[in-house]
Amino acid sequence: MLDALQHLGRATLDFFERLGRGHLLLLQMLAKLPGLLLRPGLVLVQLYSVGVLTLVIILVSGMFVGMVLGLQGYNTLVDFGAEDSLGVVVALSLVRELGPVVSALLFAGRAGSALTAEIGLMKATEQLSGMEMMAVDPVQRVIAPRFLAAFLSMPLLAAIFSAVGIYGGYLVGVPLLGVDDGAFWGQMQGAVDLHDDIYNGVIKSIVFGFVAGWIALFEGYDATPTAAGVSRATTRTVVHTALAVLGLDFVLTALMFGD
Amino acid sequence: MPKTKSTENNQIQDAVVQIRDLHFSHGERLVFDGIDLDIVPGKVTAIMGPSGTGKTTLLKLIGGQLRPASGSVRVHGEEVPALRRSALYQLRKRMGMMFQSGALLTDINVFENVAYPIREHTRLPEALLRDLVLMKLQAVGLRGAADLMPAELSGGMARRVALARAIALDPMMVLYDEPFTGQDPISMGILVKLIRELNDALGLTSVVVSHDVHETAAIADYVYLLSEGKVVDHGHPDALWDSSSAWSRQFLEGRPDGPAAFHYPAADFRDDLLRGGRAN
Repeated sequence: MLDALQHLGRATLDFFERLGRGHLLLLQMLAKLPGLLLRPGLVLVQLYSVGVLTLVIILVSGMFVGMVLGLQGYNTLVDFGAEDSLGVVVALSLVRELGPVVSALLFAGRAGSALTAEIGLMKATEQLSGMEMMAVDPVQRVIAPRFLAAFLSMPLLAAIFSAVGIYGGYLVGVPLLGVDDGAFWGQMQGAVDLHDDIYNGVIKSIVFGFVAGWIALFEGYDATPTAAGVSRATTRTVVHTALAVLGLDFVLTALMFGD
Repeated sequence: MPKTKSTENNQIQDAVVQIRDLHFSHGERLVFDGIDLDIVPGKVTAIMGPSGTGKTTLLKLIGGQLRPASGSVRVHGEEVPALRRSALYQLRKRMGMMFQSGALLTDINVFENVAYPIREHTRLPEALLRDLVLMKLQAVGLRGAADLMPAELSGGMARRVALARAIALDPMMVLYDEPFTGQDPISMGILVKLIRELNDALGLTSVVVSHDVHETAAIADYVYLLSEGKVVDHGHPDALWDSSSAWSRQFLEGRPDGPAAFHYPAADFRDDLLRGGRAN
């Protein structure tokens, strides 16, 4: 009993220690962001690595998710004779929810895990210590540019995911299942609101980008500098980001769309 | 050549690094229990001791990467643990460090690795920077490897590149963390020669942390032996070979048992066997 209590106490203290270290790193990253204006090249390289290299999985997944939405939506709507509303269903599903959420989950799997592994290995091979001893701040030089790149990439990737998904829904709905072309786009244009739907979706993806970048970089920076430590950190990045994104999605949805 | 006591005292007054009553712990494990140590300018000082005695930790304390629990670490008269980040970084620009792993940046080539600290801290024209980097690489015999990536280097070459990078900003002092570990005899010979020659040619102060007794003693002007959180012996390498300290003799002669016990502390062997596989 005493052992269990000790274990629980230790785990609780560890949790709050990590939470504290995570927030300290976040504050340091935010403080270093203005300095990146002087060296935009550092951010551009990371935008390519974090954003552009994630494009393929976003494009392919967006297309398939949109096609499945088109198929499932049509099968349900046709029972009510409302198949002309397919464009609205596909667009709202993607812009409000699936675009930001699924692209954040894919981002965590592709870019987040890569960021954690990269930073963790830099720590394990003493590259970060080497920078410190060369009087180069690793948070300024390595961490902050990656954080900004993740923050900027995520809304763009979510927007691309939604656009490709809508096109996927169109391909299944209109040419394949025979939904009227004009009704598909016309009803979508009438029902999707710029402020309520698109802006709120963009806000979600900005929040998810912030959280996904923060978790990935913190896990790498805080990783135990061994092969097993980096492996555990990479796993934690994917799991924690997924949980944080899904949890935050509920909170944001309740705030945005709850009456 | 052994020095007289008065010469040593004069040098210690001008010490580049002065450590006094240093205490440091890793969690509950006491690493340093009140050590005193001086690094004399222009000399190669070796910090030796078995693995796990905190030699690398001592370099990190000198470089300000770790903070002591108590005691003083002064580098060029500045109290390192009390320095603010900007002052610490200014001090580090005057130090070079060669890590045991080399710690080269793996996504840039050898040339860019050596150029890295120069690019970060100066605004030299590209042509001048190129000349400087090639001079540093020439000094370690690797000018021809400038275009190679770190993954294409042998362990010995990686450390020579790390050495070239450590001296890129013409530091006053270079810290070497286990420079000879895992090296073949040729690479080891090259590193031994480079450390001594660069120290003398560039007027550096060198601190070599190592447990390779013969190689380190061959180039060191002064040696500190550490064990169990204390400085157990110190002096000129020749004098240490004649030391009466049982610990020094065990370490220098590589005896398996002595003051540093062969067996890790454990319960009575007979009791352990008679327990018949039952848990403690």
